[in-house]
Formats: sequence, structure tokens, C-alpha cells
Amino acid sequence: MRLKLVPSNTNWDFFRFAKTTFGASVAAMVLSLAVFVVVGLNYGIDFRGGTTIRTESVQPVDVGAYRAAMQQLDLGDISITEVFDPTFGPDQNVAMVRIQAQEGDEAVSVETVVAVEAALQEVDPSITFPSVESVGPKVSGELIQTAIIAVALAIAAVLFYIWLRFEWQFSVGAVAALVHDVILTIGIFSVLQIQFDLAIIAALLTIVGYSLNDTVVVFDRVRENLIKYKKKPLKEVLNLSINETLSRTVMTSGTTLLALISLLILGGDVIRGFVFAMTWGVIVGTYSSVFVASNILLYLGTKRDWTKPDANQGNQYANIDT
Amino acid sequence: MLQIPLWKRFAIWGLVALGLWFAMPNAFYTRVETHNDALVEIDRLGSTPEREAARALWPDWLPGTIINLGLDLRGGAHLLAEVQVEDVYADRMDGYWPDVRDALREIRDEVGTIRRQDSAPGELRVRISRPENIARALEEVRGLARPVVSLTGAGSSDIEVAADGADLIVRLSDAEQQATDDRTMQQSLEIIRRRVDEVGTREPTIQRQGTDRILIQVPGIGSAEELKSLIGTTAKLTFHPVVGRTENADQTPGPRNILLPSMDEEGVFYVLEQTPVVSGEDLTDAQPAFDQNGQASVTFRFNPTGGRKFGQYTAENVGSPFAIVLDEEVISAPVIREAIPGGTGQITGNFSVEESTELAVLLRAGALPAEMTFLEERTIGPELGADSIEAGRIACLVAFAAVLVFMALSYGWFGIIANVALILNVGMIFGLLSAIGATLTLPGIAGIVLTIGMAVDANVLVFERIREELKTAKGPARAIELGYEKAMSAILDANITTFITAVILFAMGSGPVRGFSVTLGLGILTSVFTAIFVTRVMIVMWFERRRPKTIEV
Repeated sequence: MRLKLVPSNTNWDFFRFAKTTFGASVAAMVLSLAVFVVVGLNYGIDFRGGTTIRTESVQPVDVGAYRAAMQQLDLGDISITEVFDPTFGPDQNVAMVRIQAQEGDEAVSVETVVAVEAALQEVDPSITFPSVESVGPKVSGELIQTAIIAVALAIAAVLFYIWLRFEWQFSVGAVAALVHDVILTIGIFSVLQIQFDLAIIAALLTIVGYSLNDTVVVFDRVRENLIKYKKKPLKEVLNLSINETLSRTVMTSGTTLLALISLLILGGDVIRGFVFAMTWGVIVGTYSSVFVASNILLYLGTKRDWTKPDANQGNQYANIDT
Repeated sequence: MLQIPLWKRFAIWGLVALGLWFAMPNAFYTRVETHNDALVEIDRLGSTPEREAARALWPDWLPGTIINLGLDLRGGAHLLAEVQVEDVYADRMDGYWPDVRDALREIRDEVGTIRRQDSAPGELRVRISRPENIARALEEVRGLARPVVSLTGAGSSDIEVAADGADLIVRLSDAEQQATDDRTMQQSLEIIRRRVDEVGTREPTIQRQGTDRILIQVPGIGSAEELKSLIGTTAKLTFHPVVGRTENADQTPGPRNILLPSMDEEGVFYVLEQTPVVSGEDLTDAQPAFDQNGQASVTFRFNPTGGRKFGQYTAENVGSPFAIVLDEEVISAPVIREAIPGGTGQITGNFSVEESTELAVLLRAGALPAEMTFLEERTIGPELGADSIEAGRIACLVAFAAVLVFMALSYGWFGIIANVALILNVGMIFGLLSAIGATLTLPGIAGIVLTIGMAVDANVLVFERIREELKTAKGPARAIELGYEKAMSAILDANITTFITAVILFAMGSGPVRGFSVTLGLGILTSVFTAIFVTRVMIVMWFERRRPKTIEV
């Protein structure tokens, strides 16, 4: 008895609802961008400067009292959130305090941190500060820039590689899927207001890599089938290829999600945002490689005569034997 | 058909064994760590029974490199400092002023009187009273330029001289600025390194970043605050007039005087005037040397301001003692024999050669050459790191178990083979991480968990392909062979693209993000290796032994 997530010989028509799925993708992207513009991301200190202090205490967190204690310091925008996590012990009460970058301070102000710690200690003598992080506005500006460059560079590199290995239409399809995934991820972060920091950029790039991984596997099969069935309409070839690789797509997404979900639940709150981004990315990445990348490829069409210049391309590595 | 030459089998298993061999010390993390620390201490401070015992915890012949834990896992402090390199330009220009003045004085008949004007920092502005001869003045001052001493700046001179009406403007040339920046950075790095090493923590990271930044990461230190004060403390050198000498530690020194102990002479104290004549801030250089009697000593040089003050004071106080104070201790209190003009001097005392070298280093390193501002500060408590490791470890194990069960259920015997390969794979990731001395961060752990999930992908691709090939009934051996052959391009394309993003992450990211990219990249390498070589060897070996007529994947 084998566990089978997908029946052995599927012959589903993935393009039957092409208009609906494509429309849904576009709508989701537009919605994501709208939320991003209207509500915006909840940037962490990496990107907007400021200080975060993690507090831990045996007494329950009293957000009101914390806020009252800090109000008198006149620090501008303060946010205090209590953190809950299944990995915490019974006496572990954790909160994150975030203070905006102080006016006119290029560097980090020590006095602020000391004053805040003293004020909080007055409210709750048992309080400790397991981590204190400050980023000056100068660095945070540069970090944003580097992050944007990194994501753009990754997408460009991928565009180029796929174009090199396949055809430009494949490349456009793959990149459309990537952009789709990145925008939807930014969208969900805007909606849920999960803190968006440097680690999330790493997650975004991983999503780019993963989504691509999936898309490339489908495309690889498309290329193979295009050579095999020269007369079949492109739509059928695409459908066949997606069906043939479906079992693998689901298997890999399944194992990756298994790993990520266990990390999401048990990995602690420090990396929860990061893991959430990746989990989300795997889900939308799997969806997009089937419904976005292939749709675009179908729409753009591709050359049908793969025999001459690319005859060896499908198996140019095939002569690497063990 | 399904054949793998013997040497290839040996090479494959050899690589796997090598990976696991390097990964092994991580299973005994604390023991190996104690052993390594003991080795360092024995090397530095000599052997003691306790240290030898600690050393014996782990045999010397086994690999002893373990994965470094990043700051977010071990706890410690992180600082990103920006060095105000321009500070040094102003000092340099002040240093140039006497030379410029002297050069122009020699052609006084042509240029008239010379006066230094206020100017922007890093710029020397000199006004002459006869502007019609400015060209002559320019020529003279340009004659002072020296070639730049650096690799990139070779061939250019160190100053740029321009005329602005009746004013001469002297500033450092771009090449010289760059060379000066480099020196400033190097000096700052050196001083910070020395300061941090003094507390003897394990594996501090002190790195230059970009043109004018320094990244300092010290595991195990209590807070960024502590680290800042550690870097801030400098060897403070001051020269004080001596009021008296005493052996009474409780003597009241009198108003505006201080009582300081002698460094060499036990129980001897000096009463000194509180205000120093000159301080180490005015020091530009210090070198170990020997005095006329062949005694080890330290020669030093002041900048013009310090030199002038020093010269004046010594001229006025010939015959009186003069105390050289280092960090609140009197090194020596020699009697001034004659005026010391020119701003250079020599400290003699009961030094050994080593001591004089050390003192020179301390004096040189004493003050940071330029001010630093801190752009980023992070403190992570050790408990938080320990919690993160624990959470990461549990998540890893659960993810591992879940994937193993899932694979076995889906692919049966082949799934079990893939599982063995997955276990070897994770072992090899740890081996590689140790071998290259990588640092494991919290996102790095996430990278490993992600790899566990994704590593099976290549195997899944192959197995699915074998399933497909079996449908066309070519016989099991041929199906396995074709499965590997045809899945190859998908495996490579898919992994190369992911690898590209890992490389970009590595190049652009820093700290924890970089740690993530390293584990992700290495994970891709090892998972491709295990999928196309290790599982294949295992399947072939199994196939050769059993010769099954049919296989079920």
C-alpha cells in the first residue's frame, strides 16, 4: 500500500478555468498592491531605524503599565506587543517593545535604552531584557536599498538563466510567476501586519528560488514533450506536462511544507515571521508554477521546431553517468 | 546496464565518509569546545593539570573543528561603527602648517606676510599680502608635496594646492585621502582588536566593512554597552609636573594635586599637579628603542601643538622632575636635563625589551585615531540563544521524522533508500559547515530545515520518472537507468536556479541572512550529490544483490 496524494494517471485540464485562475491571480496581485500602498508594511527596525527591546518576566505582561511608564520619557511612537509561543514555559512572559528612531540622531542613543530599561524595571522588578537591538536611520536606509537590489538581481539572474536554457517565453512565464509570488507575499505581510525585516527579504529570495524550482521542473517536461509530440497543440502539451509532473509537484511541496510547518509551530517566535513567509511562499509558488507560469507560456506561445539547434538540450547532461 | 565502476563507488562513499567524519565533532559539542579552548590556553598561558584534563576530553587526532554558533544563538553583542575618517584630515593639515609657513617665509620678499586663515576642516588656507606673486607661492608650496605611499595612489602627490585670490588653499589629494583613510581604518581595527582580545572572549569578529565601517561581534559579552566601553577605554598617557614624592599612601595631595602610585617601585607615591602639561592625545608616534646606555626605552613624537607645549615646559623647568603617567600609574619621573624642542622624547625606565615594545604599542594604539559613531547595536542574551537552539533542534527533529515517514509511505523501499540518503545529507551539511568554519545562525537552522524538505525533491523527481518509465514496461533495470537519465536536466536546472539565489543572498546579505544563504547553498550541493550519486549507488547495490524481476516504486 502506497500513500498517494495524486492518483496515478491524472488527465486534468488545467486550462479549463484558465480565465478564472488567471483573473484570480491578477486580482490577488492588485489587491496585494492596494493593501501595500494603503496600509503599508509593518517595517521592522532594520528598515526604518529605531530600537526593539525584548522583555521577559515571571509576571504577566501589562501592556498598559509598560506604556504608561514609557510615556513620560517622550520617545514618540512606541509599540508594545505581547508575544505568545507554544515553546514558552509557564513563567515566561515575553513582550516586544519598539521605539522609533529618535529625531536628529544619526547613531543609536544609549540614553534612550537605559532610560526605557529603568522605567520598565520600575513597573516590574523581575523584568529582564534578553535582547536589545538598535539600528540607526542611516543604516536602515541602506538596508532597504540593498534588499531591493538583491530581490531585483535575483529575478534578473533567473530571467537570464531560463532564457539561456529554454526560450524567452519560458523566461517571461517563470518571472511572471516569481513576481506574482513576491507581490502576494508582500500583500499578506501588509494584511497581517507581520513585522517585515531583513530576514523576510531572505525568505522572499528563497521563495523566488523555490517557486522557480517548481516552474523549471514543469518547463523541463514541457520542453521534452514539445520535442516528443511535434504536432500536438501547445495547450495539450502543457496540460500533459503538468499532469505528468503533478505527482512530483505535490510530493515536494508536501515534504517541504511538512518541514516548514513543524518549524512554524516549534521553531520559536524569533523566526516565526521568516518561516511564515517561506510557508506562504511554498503554497503560492506551487500554485503559480502551474497556473501562472504555464498560462503565460500558453498565451505567448513558443516555437515548435525544437529539433535543430536544441536537439541536445533536453538531455545535455544525460551523458553524465554515475 | 546498471553499472557503476568500483572506483566511483569508492569515491562516492569516501566523500560521504569524509563529510560525516568532519560532522562528528558537532555531536560532542561541549567536549570538543572545552578541548579547543584548553588548546588555546595551553598555547598562550602554558600547561596546567586542569587544562591538560580539559584537553584530554577529546583526542587530538580527531577533527576538532566545530560549527561556530552565531551571535543570535550564543548571545553576545554586535556593533556597527562608522569611523569619522575626516577627523584625521584636519590633524594632517595642522601638521602641514609649519612646513608651509617656513617655505613661504623663505620667499618673503616676493609674497609678503603670511597669515593662516580660518577654513573648512581638512583644508589649510593661507593668505599672503602680495597676491600678484601667488604663482610663486603656489610653486613653492607645491614643492613640499610628497609622493603618496600606497599601492593604488602610486605616482600622485599627497597634497593639492590651489589659489583663491590672495589665498593659498592646501588640501589632501584624493589619493592621499584614500591612503589616509586606509591607515585610519587599519589603526582603528588594530586598536579595537587589541581591546577586545584583552577580555579573551572566544571568536570575536572584527571586520572592516566598506570604506569607513567596522563590524564588531563579540560572543559571550553581556551587552553592547559593555562592548562600547571596552573599545572606548584607551591607554591614557599624560605628563605632569611633580610636586613631591612620598611613601605614605594616605597623604592628602593638596588642592589641584593628585597622588598616584609608581609602577616599578613598590610603596612609592608621587604627588603631581592635576593638570597635565601634555597628554597622549597629542602623541603621533611611539617606537621601542634603546637609550644611550643600551637600556630599552620608548621614543615618542608629539604633534606640533603637543611638541610646542612640551618644548616650552621643558625649557622653563630644567632641573625639575617630570612624571610620565600611564593609566593612573607613574611609569617614571625623570629629571629634565635640558629643554626638549622638536616634540620628540624618550621614556626610560626599568623596561625589558618586551615591555618597551608593549608600551610603544599601547601608546600608539592608545587613542583611536578618529571618533566612531555607532550605527547599529544589538545585544542578544545567552538564554534567548539557548532557547532558539533548543526550539530549532526540536523543529529539525520533528521535520526530519515527518519527512522520513512521508517518504517511506509514498515510495516504500525506495523511500527508505531516499531516507538514508537524507540522513547522510544532513550529516554532510554539518560536515561541510564545520570544515569551512561557517557560522550557524538562527535563519541558518531554518535553512537546514528547509533543505530537509527540499532535499528529497531530486529523489522524488527520479522516483516519479522511474514510475513513469516502468509503465512503458522496459524492465526494472532499464527503467531505473532511464529514470536517472531523464530526470537529470530537471534536477540540475531546478537546483542551479535555487543556487543562484543563494549566491545572491550571500553576496548581498550580512549576518544571519548570510548564515542562511550558506546553509541553503551547501544544502543544495549536498542534496544534489546524494540524490544523483549516493541513492543511485545504493539502488544499484540493492539491485545487483536482489535482481528483482519487478520493482515497485
